Amino acid sequence: MVRLLIEPVLNGIVYGLLLFMLSSGVTLIFSMMGVVNFAHASFYMLGAYFAYQISSAVGFWPALVLAPICAGILGAALERWGLRGVRQHGHVAEMLFTFSFVLIIQEAVQLIWGRVAVPYAIPEELSFSISAGVGINYPVYRLFMVGISVGMFAALLLLITKTRIGIIVQASLTHPEMVGFLGHNVPKVFTFVFGFGCGLAGLAGVIGGNMFSTDPGMAHALGAIAFVVVVVGGLGSLGGALIASLLIGLLQNVSISVDGSLADLFRLANIQVGTTGPIAELMHLSLNRVAPLLPYLLMVVILAVRPRGLLGRRI
Amino acid sequence: MVWAGCALVLLIIPLAPTSGFALSLSSQMAIAAVFALSYNMLLGQTGLLSFGHAVFMGIGGFVAIHVLRSVNAGEWQLPLILLPLIGALGGACFGLVFGWFATRRSSTAFAMITLGFGELVYASAFIFVDLYGGEQGITADRTLAPKILGLEFASQLQVYYLIMSWAFIAAVLIFIIGRTPLGRVALATRDNAERVAFIGYNPNRVRFLMFVLSTFFAGMAGSLFAIDYEIVTYGSLGLSASAQVLMMAFIGGSSTFVGPIVGAILITGLQVLLGQYTDLWILYLGVLFAIVIRFAPDGLAGLIAKECASWRLNHIRGRSVLIGLRTIAAVIAAIGFVTLLELASRAKTASVGGAVLRVWGTHVDVMSPWPWLFAGICFLMGLISLRFVHLAAARRMSVADVNGEPK
Repeated sequence: MVRLLIEPVLNGIVYGLLLFMLSSGVTLIFSMMGVVNFAHASFYMLGAYFAYQISSAVGFWPALVLAPICAGILGAALERWGLRGVRQHGHVAEMLFTFSFVLIIQEAVQLIWGRVAVPYAIPEELSFSISAGVGINYPVYRLFMVGISVGMFAALLLLITKTRIGIIVQASLTHPEMVGFLGHNVPKVFTFVFGFGCGLAGLAGVIGGNMFSTDPGMAHALGAIAFVVVVVGGLGSLGGALIASLLIGLLQNVSISVDGSLADLFRLANIQVGTTGPIAELMHLSLNRVAPLLPYLLMVVILAVRPRGLLGRRI
Repeated sequence: MVWAGCALVLLIIPLAPTSGFALSLSSQMAIAAVFALSYNMLLGQTGLLSFGHAVFMGIGGFVAIHVLRSVNAGEWQLPLILLPLIGALGGACFGLVFGWFATRRSSTAFAMITLGFGELVYASAFIFVDLYGGEQGITADRTLAPKILGLEFASQLQVYYLIMSWAFIAAVLIFIIGRTPLGRVALATRDNAERVAFIGYNPNRVRFLMFVLSTFFAGMAGSLFAIDYEIVTYGSLGLSASAQVLMMAFIGGSSTFVGPIVGAILITGLQVLLGQYTDLWILYLGVLFAIVIRFAPDGLAGLIAKECASWRLNHIRGRSVLIGLRTIAAVIAAIGFVTLLELASRAKTASVGGAVLRVWGTHVDVMSPWPWLFAGICFLMGLISLRFVHLAAARRMSVADVNGEPK
């Protein structure tokens, strides 16, 4: 029984870290600018597509570096020429502006690369499996993904705490006006942070796109879950986002592999559940069928029980 | 008076020559208008940005279609005319439950919660196949209902009148709600919720009430949809439907009453008419949306209202010249942009669909560089002219400032 769970748990951690890469960008941008970037998952998708294009030309390893940079530059351009002008109209307008880019990027991707999934594949050097003990073979690429995510967080932490730009960013997170009075170019800092956040999403796309499929629907699939993570973890809290991403990653992956229902659980206790009627139908639904709903149900529960999220500040 | 005029126009539409098409298009627009008006009760009047409003329209539609199925099977006796009320009540019940938790949060959190909730219901549509019909949706027959006054609703004309009358009633009700104390306090809550609390009203209660009323009308729009198409599928619940209504309300103008109606008419028109010519209409819509947010956040109706207000007060000649120039420049840029994209889209599939693109009434060869050059120049010139007009307007404003003239 435990053996059957090792792989889903490992997959859950990998997926959770990927979600964290996305949701950390959203949280960072929100904490600094007060705007929820709905287009974040679209930059994830762009990262994957850019990586596909670049790796078709020069290989995977240059793509790992170049694609996030392209996504970051695009994000910075979006902020500089679009979002900056919208800020004067309020938070609602800013959110709507980022939302409009969800549509635009989606359609642009379909225009350029077509509506069918593109064959962005795992590079040959990494497409083998190693033994994880207990007779299970685990794909090395997933471990590579974990490595990149952890490396990215370490780099982010170092950047924020040990460099000058990082300290300015930290200050702008809580006191943007004061930082402006001190003579720093706060709008430039905002552009940098937005671009950097989008670049992180792009990096997530580069490593996630070949593991999962690279198609025009990928932004929608992951985007909604990234927002659930942010709500569950608490708006503005990176620690909360980490816990929530891992939780949801594990929840999704473990539940997909469980083929039992509540009725089965009752049967273990020797209670027979009837087979007719709507309640009985609910009882007979196996967990792997309701798996897509679970993150959203978790969100509803958290909203009912602890509205500010796991580690969020009171809103 | 304005209401009577509108009613008259709506009555006359069926007499138009391309009657069949006009009727179905008008019905579509009416349903979209009710939905957009209900959405604006949240966005424009209470300041609540919701990304999951289509859920309530969808639920209203599903409730209505299930009730209609029961009526078809003879289990219940309900004339078709009353069906929209049932859908509305269905939407409102759901709104009661959801709204109770969701409206206590700030607007940013509310937006994300509605997004998540919309996805929850959309995802559950595949799991509860009996309720939502899975891929095929749920169908019913609107002609097999108890007849009132001999109306069978088999013809598009009768359905048109049914939908229009309910849409008209809904619009009147929404207008009236906006004029009640609740509506007024909702506007205040949108602007400054903390102050509203100090005046003595509970902003959460205000938001909750407006939310429930809004979902009532969304449910009504859903049941009108069910009556018009006789089928409801999971597509009406999804994010794209919510995004569309958001665009309708915003592009039309969320600060005025007619704004959402204008937006609904515009976007439904674009969808039906543009959709016939190009696959890229969603992209154009997205770009239009981004442009409206950036340059005209009051929407089309808001823009017109502001211009009318300033016409009454100020010197109109200078302004109208600039507005005219801006419009021409924008149109040129738009033509260039659209042509470039259409060329690109055709070039992508040239090996399969042929290299000839039919655009603006002429045929162009996608492989030759001339159409590209022409479109590119058009686009650039349009943008440059816009920049010039903008600079001229700014100079005029500053000159007027210095001279103390009205702008």
